[in-house]
Amino acid sequence: MSDLLDFTFAQARTKLAAKDFSAVELTRAYLDAIEAARPLNAYVLETPEIALARAAESDARIATGEAGALEGLPLGVKDLFCTEGVRTTACSRILGDFTPPYESFVTQKMRDAGAVMLGKLNNDEFAMGSSNETSAFGAPVNPWRRSGSDAPLVAGGSSGGSSAAVAARIALGATATDTGGSIRQPAAFTGTVGIKPTYGRCSRWGIVAFASSLDQAGPIARDVRDAAILLGAMAGHDPRDSTSADREVPDFEAAVGRSVKGLRIGLPKEYRVDGMPAEIEALWEQGAAWLRAAGAEVVEVSLQHTKYALPAYYIVAPAEASSNLARYDGVRYGARVPGRDITEMYENTRAAGFGPEVRRRIMIGSYVLSAGYYDAYYVRAQKVRTLIKRDFETVFAGGVDAILTPATPSAAFGVGEMANASPVEMYLNDVFTVTVNMAGLPGVAVPAGKSADGLPLALQLIGRPFDEETLFSTAAVIEDAAGGGFTPERWW
Amino acid sequence: MSVDESTVRRVAKLARIAVEDHEVPKLKTELDAILAFVEELSELDVDGVEPMTSVTPMRLRLREDVVDDGENAERVLANAPAREGDFFVVPKVVE
Repeated sequence: MSDLLDFTFAQARTKLAAKDFSAVELTRAYLDAIEAARPLNAYVLETPEIALARAAESDARIATGEAGALEGLPLGVKDLFCTEGVRTTACSRILGDFTPPYESFVTQKMRDAGAVMLGKLNNDEFAMGSSNETSAFGAPVNPWRRSGSDAPLVAGGSSGGSSAAVAARIALGATATDTGGSIRQPAAFTGTVGIKPTYGRCSRWGIVAFASSLDQAGPIARDVRDAAILLGAMAGHDPRDSTSADREVPDFEAAVGRSVKGLRIGLPKEYRVDGMPAEIEALWEQGAAWLRAAGAEVVEVSLQHTKYALPAYYIVAPAEASSNLARYDGVRYGARVPGRDITEMYENTRAAGFGPEVRRRIMIGSYVLSAGYYDAYYVRAQKVRTLIKRDFETVFAGGVDAILTPATPSAAFGVGEMANASPVEMYLNDVFTVTVNMAGLPGVAVPAGKSADGLPLALQLIGRPFDEETLFSTAAVIEDAAGGGFTPERWW
Repeated sequence: MSVDESTVRRVAKLARIAVEDHEVPKLKTELDAILAFVEELSELDVDGVEPMTSVTPMRLRLREDVVDDGENAERVLANAPAREGDFFVVPKVVE
């Protein structure tokens, strides 16, 4: 039954409705594939009993004509989303065996729409990382390998379990989160499609917080249409998240296949960074040519504060993280390490519970927020953020509908390859994605070509606030033009 | 901008993370590298620029002033590392 894994969700939806196969059969095929793919380390917890029970409920709803938008979809859930009665760790030791008594708003919506949870997916500890190597469960392995090599590659981060699972066909879709590139970079590294919607599109309620003014949930999916279907079911207003946008969710799927004729696409000149590999540059030009051929007008634009986005991010994100992660004190949930008094208990608990990258970011955050440094660092970074957002506003006000850039500065790199690099070198992975979070905009990564050694490469499209539809239309044109071939050879 | 070892210890204290003496030099090197990286922002003129307070323009809404949740002690305490009755247990904080 392995061919069941070949269908996209849009295809499976038709087959399920026609009763060509059942949701239970589809789910079983995925559960078998998960078992065979354990060397990829994509799942940190498998929930086969829950999956089969929910698939049976899906079959019952399909039989009575009550199928929801995601009915029967075998879904992987990033371990940053709280799932009722199912261990949720953010891939950190400090959460121990935390078992939420509630379900995140986004996963509840997906469950209500008929999605079938297969299990919880690996991620960087508290979503802090670009290779998923900071996870307490170890890194997931990219199902892609360089041609002629069996060296394990990273699946990107922080949503590396989500990207690895979708690429390896051990989840038909996955939830993910993106604070500086954590949906788009792993999607780019694995030949999958990932969209970070506009800030406020998806509720953050029940998602473990990293940097609250930057965090957004979104899907990683097999193709653009599936990403649109998934996002449609994830988005929507939630009164429990005060930053959740109270506005209608459009029919994203209807935007897939819509013409881009007459759209104006901007190419920001500041994204031509020093040392950009020739194959990335060529991919970018190819993408522009495809859009031109589809009738779009391609223009050069300027986002002049681009180079300050990453340094500003590394003040704002750690500052917010140091505040958000203050709650892990060994009192109400998670692991506790005793001490002589309460302060020592906090210190011992946090020293044992947080990994090195999380500890580093909390310390940077504590430093930039401390007396005497707050104005010089944090306030200045928030001013820079205003300038970055203004750059985008000026470009969009000038009649540009979407911005096309590379998604990452390189293809996937090897597991452990960056072990001796400075933390800053790892941060450079997010150089093309981080501006989007700083400005609260939607961004999508879509596979567009391959590197010389056969690894997927992606382009990024950035849209106006709440205009994910243009991104889906434009990404679908690139996807069609690229012509597929983004399924890795199975070696596991 | 670089930090000295006593600053590393002070920041660790602020962050409530125990740091062993042998970890301090490495942490100092890492924090220095990050601070050197963000130093680039100082070359920008930000006079008269408003610091961002909300990434998308939105008005905070007020909900109805009613009790709509609660009486959930069991659920709240379900993950406690130590509890007694309906209370979290912590080391003694007052003599």
